[in-house]
Amino acid sequence: MAVVWIPSLLQSLTGGEETLVVSGATVGEIIDNLDGRFPGIKDRLVEGGEIRPHIAVAIDGDVSPEGLEQDVRESSEIHFIPALSGGLEDRPARAPARLRSDRS
Amino acid sequence: MPTKQHVQTRLNGEEVDFLCEPRQSLLEVLRDVLGLTGSKEGCNNGNCGACSVILDGVLVNSCCVLGVEAGGREVTTIEGIASVEGLHPIQQKFLEHAALQCGICTPGFIVAAKALLDKNPHPSEHQVRYWLAGNLCRCTGYDKIIRAVLEAAQTMEAKA
Amino acid sequence: MAESTTYKVIGTRPIRHDGVDKVTGRAIYGADVQMAGLLHGKVLRSPHAHARIRSIDVSRALAVPGVKAVVTGADLPPAEDRVIQLGEGAVNLKYLSNNVLAGEKVVYKGHPVAAVAATSPHLAEEALALIHVDYEVLPPVLDVREAMKDDAPLLHDNLKTKSLGQETDKRSNIATHTQFKAGDVEKGFQEADVVIEREFTTATVHQGYIEPHNATAMWNPDGQLTIWESTQGAFTVQRQLAPVLGIPVAQIRVIPAEIGGGFGGKINLYLEPIAAVLSKKTGHPVKVLMNRAEVFESTGPTPGSYIRVKMGATKDGRLTAAQAYMAYEAGGYPGSPIGAGMMCIFTPYDVPNVLIDGFDVVVNKPKTAPYRAPGATNAAFASETVVDELCEKLGMDPLQFRLHNAAKEGTRRPDGPTHPRIGYRETVQAALDSDHYRTPLEGPNVGRGVASGYWFNVGLQSSVSINVNADGSVTLVEGSTDIGGTRASIAMQAAEVLGLKAEEVRPIVADTASVGYNDVTGGSRTTFASGYAAIEAAHEVLRQMTERAARIWKVEAQEVTFADGVFRNAKEPEQRLTFKEVAAQLGRTGGPLTGSATVAPRGVGGAFATHIVDLQVDPETGKVTILRYTAVQDVGKAIHPSYVEGQMQGGAVQGIGWALNEEYFYNDKGVMANASFLDYRMPTSLDLPMIDTILVEVPNPGHPFGVRGVGEVPIVPPVAAIANAIHRAVGVRMYHSPMAPGLVMTEILAKG
Repeated sequence: MAVVWIPSLLQSLTGGEETLVVSGATVGEIIDNLDGRFPGIKDRLVEGGEIRPHIAVAIDGDVSPEGLEQDVRESSEIHFIPALSGGLEDRPARAPARLRSDRS
Repeated sequence: MPTKQHVQTRLNGEEVDFLCEPRQSLLEVLRDVLGLTGSKEGCNNGNCGACSVILDGVLVNSCCVLGVEAGGREVTTIEGIASVEGLHPIQQKFLEHAALQCGICTPGFIVAAKALLDKNPHPSEHQVRYWLAGNLCRCTGYDKIIRAVLEAAQTMEAKA
Repeated sequence: MAESTTYKVIGTRPIRHDGVDKVTGRAIYGADVQMAGLLHGKVLRSPHAHARIRSIDVSRALAVPGVKAVVTGADLPPAEDRVIQLGEGAVNLKYLSNNVLAGEKVVYKGHPVAAVAATSPHLAEEALALIHVDYEVLPPVLDVREAMKDDAPLLHDNLKTKSLGQETDKRSNIATHTQFKAGDVEKGFQEADVVIEREFTTATVHQGYIEPHNATAMWNPDGQLTIWESTQGAFTVQRQLAPVLGIPVAQIRVIPAEIGGGFGGKINLYLEPIAAVLSKKTGHPVKVLMNRAEVFESTGPTPGSYIRVKMGATKDGRLTAAQAYMAYEAGGYPGSPIGAGMMCIFTPYDVPNVLIDGFDVVVNKPKTAPYRAPGATNAAFASETVVDELCEKLGMDPLQFRLHNAAKEGTRRPDGPTHPRIGYRETVQAALDSDHYRTPLEGPNVGRGVASGYWFNVGLQSSVSINVNADGSVTLVEGSTDIGGTRASIAMQAAEVLGLKAEEVRPIVADTASVGYNDVTGGSRTTFASGYAAIEAAHEVLRQMTERAARIWKVEAQEVTFADGVFRNAKEPEQRLTFKEVAAQLGRTGGPLTGSATVAPRGVGGAFATHIVDLQVDPETGKVTILRYTAVQDVGKAIHPSYVEGQMQGGAVQGIGWALNEEYFYNDKGVMANASFLDYRMPTSLDLPMIDTILVEVPNPGHPFGVRGVGEVPIVPPVAAIANAIHRAVGVRMYHSPMAPGLVMTEILAKG
């Protein structure tokens, strides 16, 4: 379960709802469940099995590199924010090694 | 193909000679003919000072001097600032004050600062800023460069 | 966080490891690279801002003795109009490739069209003049608002406005529309007692690094391609080159030389593919250099922009609503930092009702590239001026207003997430308490201005290996090119963990074949993320060294402790070995020892800055003289304080240049009239006083030493701070940047 913050430009698809509690263990599952309730929203966020190139996913404020595979904790906040251009996209292709000092 | 000219000059205290085309600048000669890449090209039209050298005691932009003009004269480049005993005080103070970040302008500044202190061993902050206004730095904002030069002047005066 | 905050190495000021090479002229930068058989390349660039290429005839150039090859866009593999994943981000392959060498169209004056390799650079330049290009010249569009109009000339056949996965039907110069919304701004403005709405424009500005771009390429007959160049990211170059050249990543090795400044401008591909295909055609290494005019006209400046900001506050100084309309010029291809600008514009404040609309718009200017906190300076010029006008109307001190409305941990940002632990309030308080702010300013036509700024910083990926030498020193292999002293700050973090002195850790910056993947030196990430990798690698070294000590004492590893540089046997406390002593016995205890780590740390800390400037305006010429400048910033934990100060001073001065003089002057044909350092006027030492710095340390809990990125945020406040100071000096508000003397005079005279 997570609290998904719907980007303002997609709120017309959710009947104006700004935040929604959605179940799912990964970002991908959450988007699928969201699409189940509001058909068409997945297509705005996902293309070719990946998060659309101009969108970044932030879980509890940290931009997630793992895209649809990213695990989501209970009561995480999920935001869809613009991905940045110019070689500074915060989205490495592979999952990061677990850090010795990683808090998660 | 333009005929190359044979030029003899005194460079960093040594007699050297080289061949160059008349259209080649002294900067090109230093870098591409003599392999002394310490002098840098930033603009190639005398506006940034990254190519600063001392020619017969005068601070010049080597991009605005022709290679053939060095004949029979005395040239000092960044490579000639340190001695066998070690770094020049200006170089040492640049390191201590962290007066460089990317370092590309640093050779030009050190040569220019040496030319200043050779003429005026006790400059004020304003005089240092005025003298170095022909050297552009984009990284440091000049603060630590000015402090390094002022302290180098003090160190050199103390030794003298 | 580290158990103890008394550090032995962190916070000291050792001489940087590469320092002697840089003060003696020995350090090798990209243009200094020499090798046998080197040919020299030069690039032919479009004289037109907007044109279709009908044909290119290179035959006369090829016929010149000494000219060994000529290439055009046809020598690159056809680039599809699709987005590709580079690993560190997505990019449109056609735009990337066409920007390197034009396809059917040129979209800015200076757009590369062809290139020559010859035995001397002078010969290569002469040969360029013999290449004939037949252009169909098209009308250029040179202003963002003009480009957004329905009847504007269109740059690209397939470009339609995208908005979160949806595309309009009509072709347009507007590439994207993005929006952030919170609460209800209409309601918020109704609740306000004071509302200010203003429009701002900013001119195109360049990063201005003193070293022009360079690239040397050797394409071996076996297909292995080696590139030597000055770059902010060897791996990023490698990843872009592979799809543009149509070869596997594994065949490309990028060897970074020292770099003479970047500020974000030396990340994208420019010369590398050109040097590569020239090398392939000639069988020789080819070096291609840009001259200064090419740097201005053909690399990536930061956007010119149009921004409208409306903010409302109650009479006791509480912000109720903030709204922005932001249109950024992307240059010839989409991809301005509009998203980043939107993420920064109101972010220092706790505002319940926000609406931000942002537009990425193509125009016939060079494709923009990141410039130090890209997009944020334009944004802060607008928002921080409006805040100042609100304060004036309310009769409130501008720093007190900021304290009253400051974002803190838990405050929701306009883009959605909440702030983690941040130090904004602390910077404002430090500015209030500063000697500068407490010193009265007197004199004719003098004024003091303040402004704040935010940059989110990034984390991304870094890899480090540490090899232990027999004398107890270590070699640290990292992949972050050193633009501002990061070799030292990374080495210091490893030294702190290992109990060594900074000089005992020898850092080297390695190439793509010699170290694990590293993202760019940029985004204020290097001391944070590469430092993090160094810390993790150092812990791995300690783990292995602990096992070696255990082997020496014939005990279990968990019975060995390490503190203050010494290993101790918990069972026999008088048994101790220093790091050096264990290192001396590596051969006997298992062989050479290497610890590596590759990280993509979360917990990136955002950065805040508050600047104070005193200036004087000459009412007869409009010239502004900076009298005093103080940059206050939350730096998390300053690993090497001199280099942190250096980032703050350098960024502030770039901001001062942006505010007072720097701009691209275009004629109506879209040709830059001032493409030289003479007329693109950056600050000199004579234009400035000392730049005072106040380092506020609110540690970032996301890093073991509390590091927060520091490099970018210093450029965000200066333009607004200066605009606000000019107002206090001569009573005029400046709504265009740069505030060059002519413009200031115009405003003074208009005021009467």
